[in-house]
Amino acid sequence: MLRIESKEGRAPDLEVVAAAWDSARARALRRIVVCAGTGCIANGSLKVYEALKARAAEAGLKVSIGLDVHNDARKDALLTKSGCQGFCQVGPLVTIEPDGILYTHVHVEDVPEIVEKTLVRGEAIERLQYRDPVSGEVKRGKGEIDFYARQDRRVLSACGVVDPEDLYEYIARDGYRAARKALLEMSPAEVCEVMKASGLRGRGGAGFPTGRKWELALRQDEKEKYIICNGDEGDPGAFMDRSVLEGNPHSVVEGMLIGARATGATVGYVYVRAEYPLAVVRIRAAVEAARASGFLGKDIMGSGVDFDIRVMEGAGAFVCGEASAMVSSIMGNRGMPRPKPPRTAEKGLWGKPTVVNNVETLAQVATIVLHGAAEYRRTGTESSPGTKTYALTGHVANTGLIEVPFGTSLRTVLFDIGGGVLGKDGKPDNAAFKAVQIGGPSGGCLTKEHLDIPMDFDSLGAIGAMVGSGGLVVMNDSTCMVQMARFFMHFTQNESCGKCVPCREGTRQILALLDDIIEGRADETTLGLIEELCENVAESSLCGLGASAPSPVLSMLRQFRPEFEAHVRDKRCPTGQCKALSPFAIDPAACKGCGMCAKACPASAISGERKEAYRIDQAACLRCGACVATCKFNAIKRGAL
Amino acid sequence: MSTCKESEALRFEAVVAILDRYERDPSRLIPILQAVQEEYRYLPEEILTYVAVSLDLSPAKVYGVATFYGHFSLEAKGKYVIKVCDGTACHVKGSTGLVDALRAELRLEGKKKTTDDLLFTLETVSCLGACGLAPVMTVNDEVHGLATPAAALEIVKSIREKEAAHAAN
Repeated sequence: MLRIESKEGRAPDLEVVAAAWDSARARALRRIVVCAGTGCIANGSLKVYEALKARAAEAGLKVSIGLDVHNDARKDALLTKSGCQGFCQVGPLVTIEPDGILYTHVHVEDVPEIVEKTLVRGEAIERLQYRDPVSGEVKRGKGEIDFYARQDRRVLSACGVVDPEDLYEYIARDGYRAARKALLEMSPAEVCEVMKASGLRGRGGAGFPTGRKWELALRQDEKEKYIICNGDEGDPGAFMDRSVLEGNPHSVVEGMLIGARATGATVGYVYVRAEYPLAVVRIRAAVEAARASGFLGKDIMGSGVDFDIRVMEGAGAFVCGEASAMVSSIMGNRGMPRPKPPRTAEKGLWGKPTVVNNVETLAQVATIVLHGAAEYRRTGTESSPGTKTYALTGHVANTGLIEVPFGTSLRTVLFDIGGGVLGKDGKPDNAAFKAVQIGGPSGGCLTKEHLDIPMDFDSLGAIGAMVGSGGLVVMNDSTCMVQMARFFMHFTQNESCGKCVPCREGTRQILALLDDIIEGRADETTLGLIEELCENVAESSLCGLGASAPSPVLSMLRQFRPEFEAHVRDKRCPTGQCKALSPFAIDPAACKGCGMCAKACPASAISGERKEAYRIDQAACLRCGACVATCKFNAIKRGAL
Repeated sequence: MSTCKESEALRFEAVVAILDRYERDPSRLIPILQAVQEEYRYLPEEILTYVAVSLDLSPAKVYGVATFYGHFSLEAKGKYVIKVCDGTACHVKGSTGLVDALRAELRLEGKKKTTDDLLFTLETVSCLGACGLAPVMTVNDEVHGLATPAAALEIVKSIREKEAAHAAN
């Protein structure tokens, strides 16, 4: 058996660790992976984990928790808590290998059966397996389920499969080899060249080429430089950074280490949202493990390079996702952006060159360095190589975290992976599809006409949307687009830091105008006014928050103009979501024709023949509600009937 | 009088320990305030002033930082902090209904966020990142997914019962 030599502060031999881990893994007959991502934990996966541990022991099975590479006893199973497996909706998830089984909705009560049937006898339990919602077919494992099979999981390939707290397992999957290559075999300029050749673009939203950013920092003639991992994933409806930090934190640590090599940074910061307590725990643990094993610290792997990482929690300010605001926040100040240039790569933390990269960006760096730029470019499109993770949520059959190559169409994502749209009653109904909001509060809307556009940075930008951080929120026809526009404007108005006037006052006024529409105070001039204001705010705001804040509103106005016009011209909300604009109507099936409502109506807006269904003249109706109060048959309803 | 002074001293002991832990480094003001809030459940004014003086910062600067970030609260929070996610996914799946139901049950009107008995604080947050389970709410960081107004009220009820039983013992 191989022994891992761990000298104080010296990184172990990667091949020895990998071989030791692999042979230890081979000594366990099965591997049971319980998803311990935020979603599955919320559904009780930790209780399932504990129950599996206890029940397997009762059944006399030898189960190892975590893998001890120095213990060569044979085991019946290795029990692992993983990060997010992506299919949160059907959690808690349990996978069992090599049987290739995925169990969904697993609860503590199911554990005895899993132990007795699957672990002891190797049988699959049909009722716990995923059932295709359309065909009703039972699917054995991830390979057979469209949600997984239609994806191309690269950044997420280890998320939900490995033990995120096991450094050795990360090494066994080629971990830290790219860092070793970058530190010992490549010059900083060569690392920058590879990144430039790969065409990797920042996944935080703007899509700036990572190689160019690093090169700019490398060129700065300063001894002290910094690298920041931006994990302040503030876009509502996006959680890929959380999942990567929870599921494969070492990929981020290694990416930062390579970034440090490329730029000359000696200190790194991981800035994580405080709303992600588990991600904070996991990245902290990974940093500590890497430091203890000599992958962080002084003279890393004998290269002469010093680098260490600190983890900092955000304090609840969306604007801190902006690089200069984040820099200000890390230094202990209000997180306000500053005018550029100089870029943070020139003057950042304490006035020193500082590179800010997103979590998902950093998580792919090691693959690129290890396998080369050409290999990386085999996936994705010419201008946007590689894959993108999306958080698929809202009115869609399969919600969860997915990853597809750039250039994949919305149709594939929505109908093949997502399993189609859910209608008002929560049942699959593709005809109910209205729009997908992409890119969060900086992004825009995609509709039926965009279903076949290959999604990448440029194609989405061209139609006024953006990849952004990758939130895809599906909306069905019960969603009011004016309300959605207001939702995003309310968010950005609330998060505007207040430093520059266009953003601070502009977002407030746009919000007030949207409220006018919703409350029925607007007229046709309101829409023009909103557009004009939006253009001004986008043009003149100091940072990306203000510059992109009008995007959702403009996009929705462009795609759904008739719906906005119905609100301002006809004073009617077609979906019945805006109370003030949802007219009363009489249900002819329920109306007995008693005439009580017509008597009660102060505007004489109701008319009809006795014993037949009455009608409301919408032009005359004051929407006072007097009729509703008098009707004994509940025949008068608000909103679109 | 002496007991009053003693409890005052105890009150400041915690913040002194926190300041020591962060080496009185003014650039670590945010983690310091986070630790203070965790300890005291909010940021009491006198503690903020003490932090400012200890870090050689102006109280205005510390106040500025404390009011900038959404997580910091200058008012005492309830023992149970309920956060309802109002991210996009939760919003389209009906988080407004959750908030309305909880506000009515907890009798929180207008801008009031904390119940008079300091048992509950109700907040909305922009995104908890558990969009796959929308709508989502958390009670002291315990996540409840696919929440309904009825389930939310059930949670409030069980906490009240637990607290009542605790008080009775």
